[in-house]
Amino acid sequence: MTKEDKYTLARWAVDHALESGAQQVKAIITDSQNNSISVREEKIENLEQSIENGLTIFLYVEKKYSVHSTNRLDNKEELTRFIDEAIEGTRYLAEDEYRSLPEPDLYYKGGGPDLKTFDDAYKSVDPQVKIDSAFAIEKEALGKDERIISVTASYNDGMAGSVMVTSNGFEGDMSNTYYSLSASVSVKQGDARPSDSWHESALFYDKLKSQGIGKTAMEKALKKLGQAKIESANMPMILENRLAGQSLGPLIQALNGSSIQQKNSFLIDMLGEKVGSDKLTLIDDPFIVSGRGSRLFDNEGLALQKRTIFDKGVLKAYYIDTYYGKKLGMAPNSGSTTNLVFGKGDKNLEEMIASLDKGVLVTGFNGGNSNGSTGDFSYGIEGFLIEQGKIVKPVSEMNITGNLLHLYKNLAEVGNDVYEDTAWRLPSLLFNNVAFSGI
Amino acid sequence: MNFNRRNFLKTSGAAVAGTMILPPFVHSCSNQQISTDVKNYLDHFEISTGTLSRVISEAMSKGGDYADLFFEHKIANNIGLQDGKVNSASSNIDYGVGIRVLKGDQTGFAYSESLEMESMLNAAKLAASIASNPGTFNNQVFNEKLPADYYSIKTSWEDVSVKDKVPFVQKLNDRIFSLDDKVIKVNAILNDETSYVLFYNSEGRLSYDYRPLTSFVAVCIMQKGKQIENSYSSRSYRKGFEWLSDELVNELAQEVVDKTNMLFEATKPRAGELPVVLGAGGSGILLHEAIGHAFEADFNRKETSIFSDKMGKKIAESFINIIEDGTLPNNRGSLNIDDEGNDVRKIYLVKDGILNSYIHDRISSKHYGVEPTGNGRRQSFRHIPLPRMRSTYMEPGPHTREDIIAEVDYGVYVDNFSNGQVKIGAGDFTFFVKSGYLVEKGKLTQPIKDINIIGNGPQALADIVMAADDYKTDNGTWTCGKGGQSVPVTMGLPTVLVKKLTVGGMNA
Repeated sequence: MTKEDKYTLARWAVDHALESGAQQVKAIITDSQNNSISVREEKIENLEQSIENGLTIFLYVEKKYSVHSTNRLDNKEELTRFIDEAIEGTRYLAEDEYRSLPEPDLYYKGGGPDLKTFDDAYKSVDPQVKIDSAFAIEKEALGKDERIISVTASYNDGMAGSVMVTSNGFEGDMSNTYYSLSASVSVKQGDARPSDSWHESALFYDKLKSQGIGKTAMEKALKKLGQAKIESANMPMILENRLAGQSLGPLIQALNGSSIQQKNSFLIDMLGEKVGSDKLTLIDDPFIVSGRGSRLFDNEGLALQKRTIFDKGVLKAYYIDTYYGKKLGMAPNSGSTTNLVFGKGDKNLEEMIASLDKGVLVTGFNGGNSNGSTGDFSYGIEGFLIEQGKIVKPVSEMNITGNLLHLYKNLAEVGNDVYEDTAWRLPSLLFNNVAFSGI
Repeated sequence: MNFNRRNFLKTSGAAVAGTMILPPFVHSCSNQQISTDVKNYLDHFEISTGTLSRVISEAMSKGGDYADLFFEHKIANNIGLQDGKVNSASSNIDYGVGIRVLKGDQTGFAYSESLEMESMLNAAKLAASIASNPGTFNNQVFNEKLPADYYSIKTSWEDVSVKDKVPFVQKLNDRIFSLDDKVIKVNAILNDETSYVLFYNSEGRLSYDYRPLTSFVAVCIMQKGKQIENSYSSRSYRKGFEWLSDELVNELAQEVVDKTNMLFEATKPRAGELPVVLGAGGSGILLHEAIGHAFEADFNRKETSIFSDKMGKKIAESFINIIEDGTLPNNRGSLNIDDEGNDVRKIYLVKDGILNSYIHDRISSKHYGVEPTGNGRRQSFRHIPLPRMRSTYMEPGPHTREDIIAEVDYGVYVDNFSNGQVKIGAGDFTFFVKSGYLVEKGKLTQPIKDINIIGNGPQALADIVMAADDYKTDNGTWTCGKGGQSVPVTMGLPTVLVKKLTVGGMNA
């Protein structure tokens, strides 16, 4: 579908729903394409292509609210019936006085910068080149060490576009492309067959790194050989940059309007309070050029702003959407994250490791969860034991257990190695006094 | 009135008719007989047997060894309660065909959301390109395969509206509030899903399935002084609207209130290796994570599973029998045919302590030269089938729950979980305990909560030293993820004692 096709369909859906009895309507039309090639043992293992589209319609009918989606867009008659039945069903719900579209004043009105999230070269990448790049990655590891038992390499790309139209004046569209290359390597020594993987990704084809992916995956897997748990103890923990998001996720979840209003947050009534150490500084920046979470408006159409979430440990903002804003009596400021940028320190990972007398570098999580109401957490981990500033052996089959507020009060050091290829741009983090359970 | 599977489509077709637009002519391949059942499914998707033949021929046109078509129409509904009222609803319609071509163990796959011939042929061409030598393919005689009947229902979810469902969700809320003054918030969600599946492959196999699935979930938040705690309860089955009842509402309400209440007194155990008593029911997560995934034959075929060279070997005590079953009546994990059109079987993964079978899809059963086990599953027509679990459980053992608890001097008893994970090759698996108890000197004492437990699959299996006679299935809303695909599953276990696992907790 072209962008104009999507606008036409979205406007039609909004108009039709209004005619059929809705007082307010929002419609989103999406389409996307994905290609995936994986290779193994110098053959293509999987070749997959997907092309999909969909309509999602948000209905506000006599103060009642519902959301409906379908991928059957071919037939207008059927879509008409789909919307009419959805409106009919909505009438049986209870009224909810807090449901409405946002105030039009808060909508994005156009004129924002080009965030460069779409690669016009998307259609012109030669399919054979994609396949060859996957084989090249496989070659970096295949047969390079006798302990290797399996190497899989893959190439993925895709594009997605959406338009959103509301009955009170918002119209906007977004589109993006992505490319990624990854490798996964399994190795064997004795019974254990540890594996590890590595990937690179980019929004633009000419920015995609294609070297060293297979080699890195292989090296990471080989380093795991001989993994074993060590004695339970409270120790400093360094969390590798690519994993740091796992420790931040529950904190962000606790800032969400729905969590706060539903009393399922350990950060209720904490605005302006110091909840973490001085090292905890976090900015939500929607406008980073080619950032993975960059956007000009959110999923309600609200215009976005750069904002500080934590400043030297002090909580500065919640994530409030229109609905929970009304319930909480707070001004809506967008209920979802864009790019999250952590304050940057001055040590690299090696220097952080060198600074520890004894501790654990965590390089992988294995399950676990946290309690939204209390902030208590417990996660399985693997990584490396550090002694006298050096990595001495691989560890696994251990848990870290504690409370997120306690953890972030013990955030002692922030690396300068920010990993920028995700929406949450985090450096490696050093936490003191983390409870590890092992033997 | 109790519709059986075969007349179901017709009967609900009357209700569906309003939403179906039949093409001006629905022609079937004239020289081949097909049953009314298949005809109904072809009509549902507005296609003919000629379409099946044409698309499968295109899929096989590059010399593939095998091809299949998986047509699916899924209608999902959801109503939600928050702050005392049933005030939100959602629905989703998903429709299309997945086209897969195999060449040896290589897979070409594409799907189409449109069942227009041109669109399906384009997808078939892409999938066909996994092979590269134009071959000759002759369409096979239609070989109709009647699906099993593991989940017959009385009232289809398509025949009821939001109006019929709302009262049960409201009652759940009201019941929970009535049970305890500490309740401050309740969230309740009722889901239902109806899938029509039509399957056809290059060997001529032609089958179909009607798959209902429903789940009912309660989340309860309580406050005592400044302390806030939450828990949830859920049930899920392949059942119809008749499943909803006041008894179900009361059961969910009582369970969630009890589960939340115990958390106020809960502590954390000592960190480190401890004996772990797994209570009957949801503790089946041990089987799912510690061995189930590692038994999936795609990992073993590639030798990346820690169990790759253990077939036929003793891996557990002789009283241990572990089963993978897709045939349990109305079970969330059951299937009348798997997503590769195969019969669904009950298999012993571990028989008398010996590794007896892996979990197979078509590719791996060919590789190992065994009968398909009916474990080829896919999230939807958009996904390729993989070897997946259905319901994974252990048969009762020779001990009693009391004997087992009495064995433990200091350890934990756990029976309420939220999630788990496993690293297939290293064998390390985890599960997160929402609540349980300390076991001290052979007795359950203080409640515990929010701890992760981690172990190593083969070791944990070998360390199951006792199993009780109190087997229970957990019919909660378990969803298993693998390779980016989610499928519904269940699990079960009698009370067992694992000699030691690493328990998250506090260091002295």
